[in-house]
Amino acid sequence: MVEFNIFRYDPDKGGEPYFQSYKFEPEKGMTILEGLLYINENLDPSVAYRASCREAVCGSCAMHINDMYRLACKTQISVMGSKITLRPLSHLPVMKDLVVDLNPFFEHFKEIKPYFIPREAPPNKEYLQTIEQRKKIDAWLDCILCGACYGSCPVAGKDGNYLGPHALLKALRFVDDSRDGGAKERIAVVARENGVFRCHTVFNCQKVCPKDLDPSGAIARLKMKAIFKKY
Amino acid sequence: MIFHDILIVGGGLAGMRAAVEAAKKVKDVAIISRVHPMRSHSGEAQGGINAALANVEKGKDDTVDKHAFDTVKGSDFLADQDASEYLTYQGPETIFEMEHWGCPFSRTPEGKVAQRPFGGAGFPRTCYATDKTGLYLLQTLYEQIIKEKIKVYEEWVVFALGSEGDNCYGVIAYDPHSGELTPVGANAVIFGTGGIGRIYSNTTNALTNTGLAMAAPYWAGVPLKDIEFVQFHPTSLAKSHILMTEGCRGEGGYLINNKGERFMKNYVSETVMELGPRDIVSRSIQTEILQGRGFPDGSIHLDLRHLGAGKIMERLPGIRDICLNFIGIDPIYEPIPITPGTHYSMGGIDTDIDGACRMKGLYAAGECACVSMHGANRLGGNSLLDTIVYGARAGKKASEYVKDKEKGPKVKVLEEAARREESRIAQWKKGTGEGNPYKIKNELSQVMVEGFGIFRNEKDMAKGLEQVKELKERAKKLKPAFNGKKYNYDIIGFYDMKGNLDVAEAIGTGALTRKESRGSHFRTDFKTRDDANWLKHTLTYFNEMGPRLDYSPVKITKYKPEERKY
Ligand SMILES: Cc1cc2nc3c(=O)[nH]c(=O)nc-3n(C[C@H](O)[C@H](O)[C@H](O)COP(=O)(O)OP(=O)(O)OC[C@H]3O[C@@H](n4cnc5c(N)ncnc54)[C@H](O)[C@@H]3O)c2cc1C
Ligand code: SF4
Ligand code: FES
Repeated sequence: MVEFNIFRYDPDKGGEPYFQSYKFEPEKGMTILEGLLYINENLDPSVAYRASCREAVCGSCAMHINDMYRLACKTQISVMGSKITLRPLSHLPVMKDLVVDLNPFFEHFKEIKPYFIPREAPPNKEYLQTIEQRKKIDAWLDCILCGACYGSCPVAGKDGNYLGPHALLKALRFVDDSRDGGAKERIAVVARENGVFRCHTVFNCQKVCPKDLDPSGAIARLKMKAIFKKY
Repeated sequence: MIFHDILIVGGGLAGMRAAVEAAKKVKDVAIISRVHPMRSHSGEAQGGINAALANVEKGKDDTVDKHAFDTVKGSDFLADQDASEYLTYQGPETIFEMEHWGCPFSRTPEGKVAQRPFGGAGFPRTCYATDKTGLYLLQTLYEQIIKEKIKVYEEWVVFALGSEGDNCYGVIAYDPHSGELTPVGANAVIFGTGGIGRIYSNTTNALTNTGLAMAAPYWAGVPLKDIEFVQFHPTSLAKSHILMTEGCRGEGGYLINNKGERFMKNYVSETVMELGPRDIVSRSIQTEILQGRGFPDGSIHLDLRHLGAGKIMERLPGIRDICLNFIGIDPIYEPIPITPGTHYSMGGIDTDIDGACRMKGLYAAGECACVSMHGANRLGGNSLLDTIVYGARAGKKASEYVKDKEKGPKVKVLEEAARREESRIAQWKKGTGEGNPYKIKNELSQVMVEGFGIFRNEKDMAKGLEQVKELKERAKKLKPAFNGKKYNYDIIGFYDMKGNLDVAEAIGTGALTRKESRGSHFRTDFKTRDDANWLKHTLTYFNEMGPRLDYSPVKITKYKPEERKY
């Protein structure tokens, strides 16, 4: 038997949020997401959460599970134990139950000009990029914009203007791309007071990232670039 | 009332590419998407996207015509050949465009876009970005949406069209943030709503890929084309059906039965082996399992061990992660247990080569559409190309269509359509039956696997269709358990259920009627292709009492139908 303790808030009714408990017998190998689907199907269809891919690539299902921000679809019930507490992502307004308003998160993302700014006019075919040059961006590419890092970041909690680990990581993805020519503009954005220098190197983002990315490392690298103007 | 000159339903690759193209000519373009664009199913695509670039030594003789021929042959000659040609001729330009927008493709030693072999293709033609090609393409297009400042209505779900006679004037959508059923007017609507895999239980598709992707136009009288053609991917994880990309075999992976044998040699030539087209490889795997040569858990093994740690980490890192996280197996040291899984819908909303439907102002592109360029069996790597090539084409054609149209909503038509949906929901609320939409969806998905799976026959299909009809009756009596307005996923579940049931019935009816085997549609009671009677597209029209079928001819340009041998 497992007990899910789920954060509940209903915007139609308003009032204070509360926790509701659901008990059921999990199947072997069940993930937290499958547990939530089970609850919807058998116990309470009103519990709201986001999910789509169920394979840790769409970024829908980040939430606080027991002690940490995790993806519900990537987390086994058996690993979390028999009592499981689910809370929505922090630092973002709760819309219903485990669903938060991600608009501030995406607005910060847009600030860093998260699109390719070509260094040169496009050739007839592809831009050439060596295997080594391509390797340089490999570590910064896989962000699925799940928000786990943002929810875990104390700076984002204190300062709603802080760009956040996800946006800064994305900035480096372009700055380090041999084909991109927008480094100067982007560094100017991330070097503002709500950017890289607000980071207190707490490393929470690196700890929680379900894609094993290192936003802290990216921020450190951007700081160096901003200070030494090497781009 | 909300109005946009062009409204795109769907924020996947097809929808976003359509939006970017439309926005080149038309100022007022918006996207409605039931999930945030970055959560779209396209992001799960792994293996790659086809184009005859001839970037690698073994592919140096590749041409767009050879790509067209492989596509038509793969389709078992049901594809409209002009559509396949347009797809493949646009291939190189499409890859360069995505690359010029920053897509981080993997590279050859000369710094060009890297290519790998895929099934059913004469050359290594599949451009890839490790095994996360879909994610990176999706990021690239989302970045363009941000750059062009195209408005996105996130998490709004379209329930119905707002149409009158032969004209589409917009959609009726549920806005979960306000809880309102909202009419949205438009001069042209483009559907890029993706696949319907969740109609089957054993699917590789995301939870949001339901019949609702095709249902709104279908309910409004637009036919579905070739909807009985459902692709079963050879390799999905045995229990969860998470996909193991064809790239695994493209990079040299083996399929092994419980005798330790590379059994594909018994089904195709020794030069093709694991890289046959998907329909044939899936049938071969299923045959091995049915004849007792599967492993005790009912699986076949996908063995990558001989590729070595280096190649696996470099070319298939995502696959390794999935295996480690979801089944606790490291493919460097252990084989991966797989079975075929329901993967892709060749059929879809009927369109012409411009993406235009048989309703003015309505377009469709990507997996939800059937142009048809994939015919009875799609080749791996052709779908991503399809979304971008035909997304762009639909966007362009729609922007020409709206040029001289008045810029404002047809209020009366849309209000009436909204009222119709409100009364449908009110009717549900009066339900007296037991159960909930999840249960119906689950039962249906089982029925579909048993009746309309890899091997089909008259008896099982007739039984399956009966069961679908019974489920439809039961579904009519259900009552929503949650009556809240905002974030009411229960009501979305009702529409998903209805979409699943009606599209399932269309699949079933088309399959039972088509008395031949072609591509993915394989009947044990009619084992061969029958061009004399069945070289034609099925058109399925919605009717509450059960679908009505019609047929249309296949366009043949230069490839005469011949027996398909690999
Ligand atoms: C696991 C997996 C791997 C694959 N790998 C490859 C590959 O390597 N190569 C290849 O060529 N193909 C591959 N495919 C196929 C290919 O990924 C898909 O066919 C393609 O991505 C579909 O794109 P799309 O834009 O048509 O739809 P999607 O990306 O599914 O997008 C659909 C959009 O429509 C929206 N939507 C749906 N219904 C509604 C509604 N009612 N109201 C509002 N919005 C709605 C959704 O929110 C979503 O944004 C793969 C498929 C799977 C399942
Ligand atoms: S960096 Fe990691 S934790 Fe943060 S949004 Fe991206 S994937 Fe999620
Ligand atoms: S459901 Fe997509 S990341 Fe969990």
